[in-house]
Parts: sequence; C-alpha cells; structure tokens
Amino acid sequence: MFPTPIEKRSLPFNLSYRVAVWIALLLWLLPLIAVMMTSARSMADINSGNYWGVPSEWMLFENYTMVFTQTPMLRYLINSLIITLPAVFGAVALSTLAGYALAKFKFRGNVALFATFIAGNFVPFQILMIPVRDLTISMGLYDTASGLILFHIAFQTGFCTLFMRNFIVGLPDELIEAARVEGVSEWQIFWHVVLPLVRPALAALSVLIFTFIWNDYFWALVLVQSDEVRPITAGISALKGQWMASWQLIAAGSIVAALPPVILFFAMQRHFIAGLTLGATKG
Amino acid sequence: MQKLHSKQQQWMPVLFLAPAVILFVVYVIFPILQSIWLSFYEWDGIGEKTFVGFSNYVELFDDYQFWVALKNNLYWMVFFMLAPPIGLGIALFLNQKIMGIRLVKSMFFFPFVISQVVVGLVFSWFYDPSFGLFNKAIALFGMEPVAVLSDENWVTFGIIVAGLWPQIAYCMILYLTGLNNLNPDQIEAARLDGAHGWKMLRHVILPQLRPATFIAVVVTVIGALRSFDLVATMTSGGPFGSSSVLAYFMYEQSIFNYRAGYGAAIATVLFLIMDIYIAYFLWRMLKSEKA
Repeated sequence: MFPTPIEKRSLPFNLSYRVAVWIALLLWLLPLIAVMMTSARSMADINSGNYWGVPSEWMLFENYTMVFTQTPMLRYLINSLIITLPAVFGAVALSTLAGYALAKFKFRGNVALFATFIAGNFVPFQILMIPVRDLTISMGLYDTASGLILFHIAFQTGFCTLFMRNFIVGLPDELIEAARVEGVSEWQIFWHVVLPLVRPALAALSVLIFTFIWNDYFWALVLVQSDEVRPITAGISALKGQWMASWQLIAAGSIVAALPPVILFFAMQRHFIAGLTLGATKG
Repeated sequence: MQKLHSKQQQWMPVLFLAPAVILFVVYVIFPILQSIWLSFYEWDGIGEKTFVGFSNYVELFDDYQFWVALKNNLYWMVFFMLAPPIGLGIALFLNQKIMGIRLVKSMFFFPFVISQVVVGLVFSWFYDPSFGLFNKAIALFGMEPVAVLSDENWVTFGIIVAGLWPQIAYCMILYLTGLNNLNPDQIEAARLDGAHGWKMLRHVILPQLRPATFIAVVVTVIGALRSFDLVATMTSGGPFGSSSVLAYFMYEQSIFNYRAGYGAAIATVLFLIMDIYIAYFLWRMLKSEKA
C-alpha cells in the first residue's frame, strides 16, 4: 500500500484526514453544486442576485416541470436515446467480431489493420467533417437519427475493436483449438465459446461508449439541424440561446442532460472503471 | 474434414472483419484522404470546386487568426499537462480505506461523465463577472473582479481550467487503478531500506505506474489538440477570435464562412500535428505487443 495506510497514523491525523477528504470533495464539486442550487431557484432570486444564499422560495419542482413543458427538452432526451442506444449496440457488435478475428486468427496484414483501427480512433474530428457531412447528405440521411447513428457506429468501431481485441487476446487458445478439433464451425465457436467469455468486457465497453456518444456535441452540430432530431447536447446549446435570462431553466436542463450517463455510471461503476483502464493498460 | 476446416479458418476472419472494416474505411479512412485532397481546392461547400494548389496553405500561414488558434492550442497542450500530476496527487490523497471512500472516489470522477457542454455552462457561471463564484473567491483576497471570458488575456486560460476539471478526473481514475495493482513486496522491501515519502514515490512507485502515466499523457495531449466543445460552448472563439483553437477555427471557416477548401487545409494541419502523437503511441503500443 502506498501511501501508508491512514489507520497506522496518529489519531488526530487520522481524524483530520477523514474531514479533509469530504472538504476536498465539496470544493471539487462546487461549480456543479452551484448549478444544482440555481436549478431550484426562482426568477426573482436570480434577478435580485441571490445566487449563493438559501433560495427565497424553493422552485425545484416548478423549474423542472417547466423544462419539460415549455421547452423541447423531453424531445431532445428521447432523441439522444434514439441515437445512442442503437449506436452503442452496433459499435459493440461489429467490434466484437472484428476484435476476435484480430486476436485469434493469424493472417497477413493483421497488425497493420489493428494499427489502423487505433490510429483512426485518435484523428481530429475536423479532418472527417466535410466529407462525412457530404456523404450523409448524399445518402439522404442529413438531419436524421440514422445519419448520426451510422457515423457513431463507424467511428467508435476504432476504439471498440482495440478494446475487444486486447481483451480476447487474453483468453486461452486451448478452448478455441479444442472446439476446432471437435469439428465445431467457426461461427459456432464465436457464438458459444467466445461470446460468453467476453461478457464482462461487453458490459464495460457498452457503458463507456454510451457516455461517449451521449455526450457528443460536434457531430450533433454538423449532421443535424432540426429540433425533431437534435440530441440533448446540441439541445442544451440551443436552449441557452433562447432562454438567455432564465438561468434556473438552463440549469435544470443541464442537470437533466447530465443525468442519464451519471445514473448509468453509478449503476455500472465497476464496469465503467474497468473499461477505462482495460482498453489501455498496456503501455 | 480437416481440409474444409482450414479453408473455413482462412475466410472466416475476413467475414468477421468485413462489416467493421468497411464502415471504418467509408467513414474514417476515406474522408481523411478526401479532406487532404479538398485542401487544394477553393470550394464554398456547394458549387464548383476550383483547383488552387497550395494557395489555401499560403493564405493560412499569412492568416493572423490561424496563428492565434495555433498559439492557443499550444497553451492547451502545455497547461493540460498539469492533469496527470494533479490526477496523481488526488489519487494518492484518496488511496485509503476509510468509510465512504468509494463514494468519494466516484464523486471525484463525476466531471468526466457529464457532457462538455454542461461543463462549459457550469464554468460560464463560475466565471460570471457579476455573481460568479470565481470573483467571489478572489474578492476574499482583495482583488478586483475580472470578466474572465470576455478578457482576451484571460479567456483561453479560463477555458483550459474548465477543460482540466474532467481531464484531471480521468487521470485520477487511471492512477487509482494503477495504485491498486502495485507490487506490495517491492514496497515492503523499500520500506525496510528506509525509503518513504518522496523517495519512495520517485524510485519505487512512479516506475510501477508507468503504464498509467503513458496513457494519461497520450490522452491528455490528444484531448488538448481536440478541444472544441468547451470553446464552442463558452465563447464561440471570442472575444474577437482570441480564444479560438484550430478545431473551432476550422468549423467556423467551413460552416459560417462557406470556405470548405480552406477549412480542409486547417484540418489537415491539425491532423499532421496530431499524427506525431498517433505515430508515437502506435510505436509504443506495437513494441509492447512484440515484447
């Protein structure tokens, strides 16, 4: 253990550490707490400059109701789900197949292909922007959920393939070889031998990719323009333009936008953190 | 029977790979080449393309805004490098077993999970000149209020701080995982030799955390070069383009000024800068594969 475990230190030190941890957390999250407080305030409070005191009246319920009734927030929220869920499923499915092929088959160009997936995952979005936009327009998918979904599947495949390949490489070859000797077809091996073994990786990857796609802002700007399709990141941005002075609304909207990945993160915490490090602990 | 199998083993990987590879080529590889090709044309994004050779690049290197954006990207890279050491600091601070520590670690990681658009909004409030927390805090030290996001000397640093918030959280998680997998024997041996504190950290702990450091640095550099969301959300590159970065400058030129060819040239420059890091990362990655 490093640093020295706290229980080996003196009692005063031990106690002050326990207090310090929570104070540090409070300071760390202060900007976010401010937004949460703002989302419970009344317009009158904001106009009179009461941002840090106790709200003169609690408007939590009213503000959030207003977000869902007066603004297209609910629409944006649904759009984000319509875009994110199929994209996650598609990217994870394709990259599991590809990752398995890269991990357990020897063929010429294997390493080159793997390197391409890794490299492609790091390119700046701007180098793809104009051609991807034109391609989406020419397929008649501009300003549709499908246009965004297709792009996200394609782009995330880079990271996901790297991730799945690194996980599958660690599986014992003997299992696959034994099945081959038995005469099981390659597809059956993938379906019945490999897939059950990669379940933890699938969970970790799905949570991670969900967050990435849910939080995407750039492509939502480039490939979408109408409220009917707009996901929540671009939605919040648009909202900010229309409700400039109604901070309590923007604040409530921001909290709503942040909530789904946060809930998912807390529900699948272990997987999430495993995902962040597993795809990338080999350095 | 055996024969059929080896045949199957030959074409099966092709089938497994095909969907991912085709999509990736269509949406990632091919567009990169198209953008580079486009950068040699004058194009408004809709009408005819005119071949202009290197003139987009010549113009770019004469464009004051380009140098401002490039300089800001450099600031991003330099100051973003604070994320790994601060992340390590927080990880060391939290690496204890007390009640509720798991919850604390998760809450510290929070900023990484929420969208950058929301982070941008949160920090816009934080800096607000009339009621923001930032000015309240510096007033305690007797300083005059600063309108961070509308002051061209401060604005880029203001946005970088907002970017550091989730970036530090990410580095912290990498290091916490690394600290969990330390080799206890080595640490015990070093303790018996009388090593502790800084000495221990430098000579025993940090070498073991090297994989985490490598990932943290690579992801941080790439993040600094990719910065777009926060600039777009917080300032739209303002005031007067002083907080623009290459990614935002390119977007602006292509979408608002209808100069797709010029935008492609900016993207190509950004891509070339990024390639240095991508190549280094690949080289390290493949080297460890062979080992």
